[in-house]
Amino acid sequence: MSADVREIEVEIKNEYGLHMRPAMQIVDVASRFASEITVSNGETAVDAKSIMHVTMLAATCGMKLTITADGGDAEEALSQLRELIEVKMFDEPAG
Amino acid sequence: MKLEDIICFDAVVPKLASVDRDGVINELVSALGKSGSIRKNKVAEIAQAVITRESEASTGIGKGVAVPHVKTDLVKKIVATIGCCSAGIDFSSLDKQPTYSVLLLLSPANDPDCHLQAMETIFKYLQKDDFRKFLRQSDTSESIHDLITDFSDE
Repeated sequence: MSADVREIEVEIKNEYGLHMRPAMQIVDVASRFASEITVSNGETAVDAKSIMHVTMLAATCGMKLTITADGGDAEEALSQLRELIEVKMFDEPAG
Repeated sequence: MKLEDIICFDAVVPKLASVDRDGVINELVSALGKSGSIRKNKVAEIAQAVITRESEASTGIGKGVAVPHVKTDLVKKIVATIGCCSAGIDFSSLDKQPTYSVLLLLSPANDPDCHLQAMETIFKYLQKDDFRKFLRQSDTSESIHDLITDFSDE
């Protein structure tokens, strides 16, 4: 693992889970960063900048995801993704 | 979950007559009504619900595919259908390119986890370059059926 790799675990907290609009919000945030970012549900690890990939995670409310970022802006990317997923909860009601 | 378990093949439209987004959505929901997958007297209301959802955020995810969908009490069982248009339709896609293959999904409102599983299934197929290419070239219901079952076995 290189020095620029960071990893966090987040929990999906909104009632409807990671459906298409939340997935798009993840892609939007991830795409602002140069780091390579992957999201894993334990079985599959996907590119956080691809809408098709992120929707494939089918993460339901309560599920935990591991997000890994590799690059100079990894730390800031992960902090913004955690904010989106756990604090803003994609602007959706909690489950 | 496999794609052939949720697609209503009687409602697949290999050559869409419509030329715009709302027309395509109406055409596909009507096809589901005719096939008996959804109640005929709910077709207009369901189509409007899909259009309203689509207008909030486009499901044209690029690479020539769109996945209009809605979670609604108007359906009791999850169901999907496919429409193809070789001329391309403007779905306000993320990559600003025309859409050639439309996969419409209707999910019951009370089962969000089932909806997520269906989306996972749909994207497992759609993310494959070959699947998208062959789907775009398909012009009969039979070829779409065969394509989906072929890719299910992979």
